[in-house]
Amino acid sequence: MTIEKIIFLVIAAISLGAALMVVTSRKLIHSALWLILTLFGVAVVYGILDAGFLAVAQVVIYIGAIAILFIFAVMLTRRANQDTGSQNNQYWWVAAPLSALLFGGLVWMMGSWQGYSTELPKLALEAKSGMLKQLGQLLVSPDGYVLPFELASVLLVAALIGAIWVAWDRK
Amino acid sequence: MSWNGFLAFVKDPLTEFAKGITYRLDVWGLSPELVNVIVKLLGAFVACMLSFALVILTIWVERKLYARVQDRLGPNRVGPWGIFQTVPDMIKIFTKEYITPDGADKVTYNLAPILAVSAVMLIWAVVPFAPTFFGSDINVGALYIVAVGAIGTLGIILAGWSSNNKYALLGAFRAVAQMVSYEVPMVLALLVPVLLSGTMGINSLVKAQSVWFILLAPLAAFIFFISSQAEVGRAPFDLLEAESEIVTGFQVEYSGLKFGMFFVGEFLHAFTISALFSALFLGGWRGPWAEQVPILGLAYFVIKTSIVYFFVILLRIAAPRMRIDQMLNFNWKFLVPLGLLLVMVTAVVEKLVIHYYTLWGLEFGSTNYLILRAVTHLVVNGLICVGALWLSQSFGKREPPRFDASRAVAVPPQSSESTATD
Repeated sequence: MTIEKIIFLVIAAISLGAALMVVTSRKLIHSALWLILTLFGVAVVYGILDAGFLAVAQVVIYIGAIAILFIFAVMLTRRANQDTGSQNNQYWWVAAPLSALLFGGLVWMMGSWQGYSTELPKLALEAKSGMLKQLGQLLVSPDGYVLPFELASVLLVAALIGAIWVAWDRK
Repeated sequence: MSWNGFLAFVKDPLTEFAKGITYRLDVWGLSPELVNVIVKLLGAFVACMLSFALVILTIWVERKLYARVQDRLGPNRVGPWGIFQTVPDMIKIFTKEYITPDGADKVTYNLAPILAVSAVMLIWAVVPFAPTFFGSDINVGALYIVAVGAIGTLGIILAGWSSNNKYALLGAFRAVAQMVSYEVPMVLALLVPVLLSGTMGINSLVKAQSVWFILLAPLAAFIFFISSQAEVGRAPFDLLEAESEIVTGFQVEYSGLKFGMFFVGEFLHAFTISALFSALFLGGWRGPWAEQVPILGLAYFVIKTSIVYFFVILLRIAAPRMRIDQMLNFNWKFLVPLGLLLVMVTAVVEKLVIHYYTLWGLEFGSTNYLILRAVTHLVVNGLICVGALWLSQSFGKREPPRFDASRAVAVPPQSSESTATD
């Protein structure tokens, strides 16, 4: 077992445990903090996979913006943000077999995949800065992903304009 | 030790030291992978201890300078010029009682100061101190700085929320508004050196500065300086801990070493942004013979950082605190548009420079080419600067609308029972 494998197992366990805590913890703020730990674990997994840019982008966007906005919104609400009621509602018996089925399906799919034993293809791993360059060029080249990229930016601009429109104080 | 070995050690002590440890551990029969991990851990440990030791000095520098500007003597009892004043202060803060307020969220309350300091120390992982002395030249270094800043913001929010104190919470609100906002112009300003050098690794950025980037992108340097001041949260951006309004903001409930951690975090952050500024815009360790004698590079880096740090302190002493609306307006209506314009213009100008100057027979990367490129960028920056000043002046003359009667933000609910108690 290499050091990388040990790190991966530890990180995976931490992120799964934190993800479980997100849905089970009683305080809303604690849920948000566990979510941050989960997202951080995912970022570290990206790092292990040599996708440094994705790892850092994960931290910047998910932890630096989204999770902080979650916390901000939660802090603005009143009360102690503490839920004392039961954590199950009356339809838990519908959800339980469905999620078990989904989990089983995922496990079966991953189990039947042959890719575990194949070597990592040496596509662009020789030059790490080259990887970043390739990613950038793929995002803006016409035969790459320029259309989804531009669509996403249009969506974001629409959201920005919408937010300004909603927040604008028009006397 | 031979004379050559001695010379190599003097030139580059840290690399030679690491080599020595690696050799020793190899002799003990550890696997090379494990040796690598141990040496890296030791390096990280040294960097952390160095930063802590540095804070002892910078606190003294800051207090002394502060005092001299205000026509006081400042610390002058412990050691020559009071240089060891921080040591008794430290002992005092170590022995103080830890008070946890009633109703505080214990885990997050204790986690917050740790996050605040570690976020600053994480930046040190990418700061290149000398050609051979840096933690890691990761290919996303510039973005990494921003990511780590987010963790610092998190520490402040946690401190404000978990203290169970309304002033702390107010301070945290202000901190979030300020830090999330000023992250935007900071990223934009960081993009300009990245555009000019074509790399995001901080050490590669330093290597690319055959002409210092402050000459090529003075406006980006200005935006970076201002927005990193705001990220640190010191005057004129210290409204998140405004003593006269919200006591000390998010850190009001902290005592002893936990308060000290926030204090250390702030002072270390101020020094760290000076180091980053000198690495990104002042050529970092670059200087005569820095490549051959790495210890000289370290000296250049420390000198440049100290000069920037001097200005950081002077700004803190001289500038009055901003109001929150001024702070936000300055960011969103001045720095962000300027930054956006700067990124676009720099990208276009750089492409045109590469295209036309090579077309006109100048060799790419030659001295004449570099000088012409710097002059072009400088002229364009000057034009943008004049334009921005003219625009802000013509808009700034407009008075903001004033309301004669104060408007109620929220109207209390009308109920029959509450009238008696009011």
